[in-house]
Amino acid sequence: MDDALLIAGRRFSSRLILGTGGFTNHEILGRALASAETEMCTVALRRLDPGSRGSILDVLDRAGVAVLPNTAGCFTARDAVTTAHLAREAFSTDWIKLEVIGDDRTLLPDAVELLAAAETLVDQGFVVLPYTTDDPVLARRLEDVGCAAVMPLGSPIGSGMGICNPYNLSIILERAGVPVILDAGVGTASDASLALELGCDAVLCASAISRAQDPVAMARAINLAVQAGALAAAAGRIPRRRYAEGSTPQEGTPVFASEPAPAGNPAQASA
Amino acid sequence: MQVMVNGQERSVANGATVGSLIAELGVPGSGRGVAVAVDGAVVPRSQWPEAALRPGVRVEVLTAVQGG
Repeated sequence: MDDALLIAGRRFSSRLILGTGGFTNHEILGRALASAETEMCTVALRRLDPGSRGSILDVLDRAGVAVLPNTAGCFTARDAVTTAHLAREAFSTDWIKLEVIGDDRTLLPDAVELLAAAETLVDQGFVVLPYTTDDPVLARRLEDVGCAAVMPLGSPIGSGMGICNPYNLSIILERAGVPVILDAGVGTASDASLALELGCDAVLCASAISRAQDPVAMARAINLAVQAGALAAAAGRIPRRRYAEGSTPQEGTPVFASEPAPAGNPAQASA
Repeated sequence: MQVMVNGQERSVANGATVGSLIAELGVPGSGRGVAVAVDGAVVPRSQWPEAALRPGVRVEVLTAVQGG
């Protein structure tokens, strides 16, 4: 794995994308951005409140991070496509984190609407990053219609349950020809590290940081975990095995007693 | 005339445009981070000054907020 992450030809040196939802205020968000060392953040579009002051865009501009608008809250392909077009107007970007939700309680993606929206938006020139289930078939279909990355969940949004099905994720990773970004379920640093260790190209993380007791400290923890995971993935882990495999050589082990060692406790065992 | 802005009825001058409405709402000149749909159709920023509002239209004025 190269040091840099490439999505649609754009280079990122950070493999952590920060979701901005859930931060108590812009000041904490700004400090978390700094400790996360992220280069791209998601934002949503909602009705303008003329009374509110201070835009999240000012915070992101000060931090020098790119804006990745999302289509959160959309339940149909039609609404998601309209929201993507509105986001393009608002933020002058063709990039869109595509979310089409099928259910209020689980916030799981609606596969049918998601694929339809992805195909339409790709045709209209968007760089589409779809939030998807960990279904390898759906991930491949999204790649086939031209998505720039796929963003499978580890577990439901905000659940903090980590990667519930690493086997499905591994199948997605084996087949994917576009970057794979773990998009939901991270609860703490080790979950993010595991994602990278399994081979994910990046992690998108919101609640695990924004709702931590100390969001700024957790941003740094997950930043380092993502870096550690990427390093470990590149370094290549040892295979799992059921029995011990000593690393100290057996050759030259001294013998101190003339009688044989008791069964099950051979003197030549080495640690 | 009456129009619906973000789900609430609002009086605007005859001849009002998307541009004049946006200014009334206090959006800074560049309009960065703001997007407008009228009756479900996106109005590109370049068309705001000329896009006339008609009585009864539903206008959605959206802006950036925190979100995952």
